[in-house]
Amino acid sequence: MIQRALVIGAGIAGIQAALDIANSGYEVVLVEKEPSIGGHMAQLSETFPTLDCSQCIMTPRTVEVGHHENIRLYTYSELESVTRSESNGDFMVRIRRKAAYVDWSLCTGCGVCQEKCPFKVESSFERGIGPRKVVYTLSPQAVPNKPVIDAINCRYLQSKWDIETGRLPAVDKKGNPAQPRCGACAKFCPTGAVNWNQKDEVFEESVGAIVVATGYDLFPQARLPEYGGGNIPDVIDGLAFERLLAASGPTAGKVLRPSDGKTPKEVVFVQCSGSRDPERGVPYCSKICCMYIAKQAILYKHRVPDGQAYVFYIDVRAGGKGYEEFLNRAQEEDGVIYLRGKVSRLFRDGDKVMVKGADTLSNRTVEIAADLVVLATAVIAHTGSRRVAEMLGLATDENDFFTARNEELDPVVSRMPGVFLAGAALGPKDIPETVAQASGAAAKVLGMFQREKLSAVSVQL
Amino acid sequence: MSIAFFPGCTLSTKAAGYDISGRAVAQALGMAFEELADWQCCGATFPLATDNTMALIAPTRLLVQAQKAGGHVTTLCAICFHVLRRTQHILEHQPEMLERINWFTEEPYQGGARVSHFLELLREEFTWGALSGRVTQPLKGLKVAPYYGCLLLRPQAEIGLDNPDEPAILHDCLAALGCEVVDFPYQTECCGSYLAVSKPDLPEKLAHDILTSARRNGANAVVTACPLCQFNLDYAQRKEIRHTLEDTLPVLYFTQVMAVALGLDQDVWGMDKHYVDPLFLFSDLR
Repeated sequence: MIQRALVIGAGIAGIQAALDIANSGYEVVLVEKEPSIGGHMAQLSETFPTLDCSQCIMTPRTVEVGHHENIRLYTYSELESVTRSESNGDFMVRIRRKAAYVDWSLCTGCGVCQEKCPFKVESSFERGIGPRKVVYTLSPQAVPNKPVIDAINCRYLQSKWDIETGRLPAVDKKGNPAQPRCGACAKFCPTGAVNWNQKDEVFEESVGAIVVATGYDLFPQARLPEYGGGNIPDVIDGLAFERLLAASGPTAGKVLRPSDGKTPKEVVFVQCSGSRDPERGVPYCSKICCMYIAKQAILYKHRVPDGQAYVFYIDVRAGGKGYEEFLNRAQEEDGVIYLRGKVSRLFRDGDKVMVKGADTLSNRTVEIAADLVVLATAVIAHTGSRRVAEMLGLATDENDFFTARNEELDPVVSRMPGVFLAGAALGPKDIPETVAQASGAAAKVLGMFQREKLSAVSVQL
Repeated sequence: MSIAFFPGCTLSTKAAGYDISGRAVAQALGMAFEELADWQCCGATFPLATDNTMALIAPTRLLVQAQKAGGHVTTLCAICFHVLRRTQHILEHQPEMLERINWFTEEPYQGGARVSHFLELLREEFTWGALSGRVTQPLKGLKVAPYYGCLLLRPQAEIGLDNPDEPAILHDCLAALGCEVVDFPYQTECCGSYLAVSKPDLPEKLAHDILTSARRNGANAVVTACPLCQFNLDYAQRKEIRHTLEDTLPVLYFTQVMAVALGLDQDVWGMDKHYVDPLFLFSDLR
């Protein structure tokens, strides 16, 4: 068996597992679909219950991954296929790295291309509340700090392909061969790293063990029509509010609402948006929302001291070290108003968002004309998890989360020998639990490698 | 062509204007209503008790009458429509309930009756295009806010008339009549319904919000398909309490607007019992 591990997904779970294995002296192949590593944790402003800056506590680890001699990092890459050797159980993995149109070996990460690119598009990293350029890295702290060009929105590439396929004339008005338009990034790049002819590349790796850490997504607002179905600009999800709070976000940490850039004075947080709703959403509890909403409400009050934060909840689940205390702090020190009840409907009325809900403790209906509404949308399995499950032959539950061999006693071991699981790919969980699980999965991989080493030694003897 | 029609109690009393205009409009469009024989009250609220058997007997009896009248019954009252449609849905999906109810009815219900709302017939059988072709008195400049309330649309899985969050059926009908349709965010809010009896303050407050929103969006009138919505919105503007409003807004049934647009005689507009007199809206016409 090859003593090299593959880690799928480079969020905090994948990063932790990769570092634990690599620091024990084994090689790791780390695959990440996005242009840079860090996953959702890189989007967060602060973490609960300590209010540490998320980027700050994670950056040492992302940088370590970027420099580690034992880690081969494939970003902007996806698994294409996995086959298993029948003789020794090794996995042959094919990894497709998408064309970035930037030669990363020449790129110094100076950022001039991003400055010069004249086109802005909506950024999925900023959850739709901020733009990015067409040539981009996810954030200024990106690891690796190498940009990619989003071909679909790139004027140069689109016009180049249109000329090549005849959709645009091959000669210009003067009879010269037509030239693609724009190309500003290439003109200004000091090292000539932009490569318009780059193609997807396929790499093959052999590994002896796999850690699956594909993470989570959020329940789409489009599936919550009673909350505006994603069509009300000032109704945003929890990750978008993180970006509003984040110092590195589009508003540089100022809480400004998306519709008109004003400071919202009345903010309503709606927990269990799609969670614990077997009829219209998902049946399970998303576990992290009670705490992150308390955190966001506290941070909002710190940014806007004369604003009012309301939280609608079914019941508050604060099981964890220092969690209940944190929640009490939100209510007692920061004056966040907690209302026990569900919100039945949200709709836009002028420049306000009307929130119709109930306070079941005082038995009254509640109506709030809010400036901004934050939905704690349900944590769901990552859209790519089903494909990974099919490729590796892994079991998933009815919600597409991976299933461990034994949920109680073997929570990080899959039913497929040599494949381990970590983080939110197994179900909603917070950062400390995710990191603990990732270290657990890494320990299982190391145990497997070590056992192999010992048996090899005993054969020699 | 004639269609079996269940008027329900409200249309015989408080909502007589809905009844008279509705029958006249149907007649004019060649879909004359044939009143269901020997009908009684539908129960007026859909029973939500754990054991709702008793309360389902009355609407089931109406479905039996519909069965005898050719299997299809249409309604104007949104509440009757709601009760009959949901009863039919239960009996269709729960054979054991059908069997149990049939122990109590004088004649057994076989299942399969069709319950429709008149708006649905206009949309699916008459079509909006044909309707606009029949307009002789286009209502250009009349800014109407379609108000749906809840019983006409919810719960969608059982009623299935339209999207309950972004409904279009009243919009389309009014647009076909040549009105200027005004969208407003309160169009699917509840009017307070029967709480008018036990907690009259509540519907007044809700009506105030709904009317204010409609006016703020530029409406001259509110149009509804439900007698209770019409009553709650209209009654909240009665003379005694009118001072709480900036201005009054007439609340009409869609059939009344149709009667005007189709050029029917004023006798069948049925606009004489409103708390806010709507006739001034049409004073320019004749």
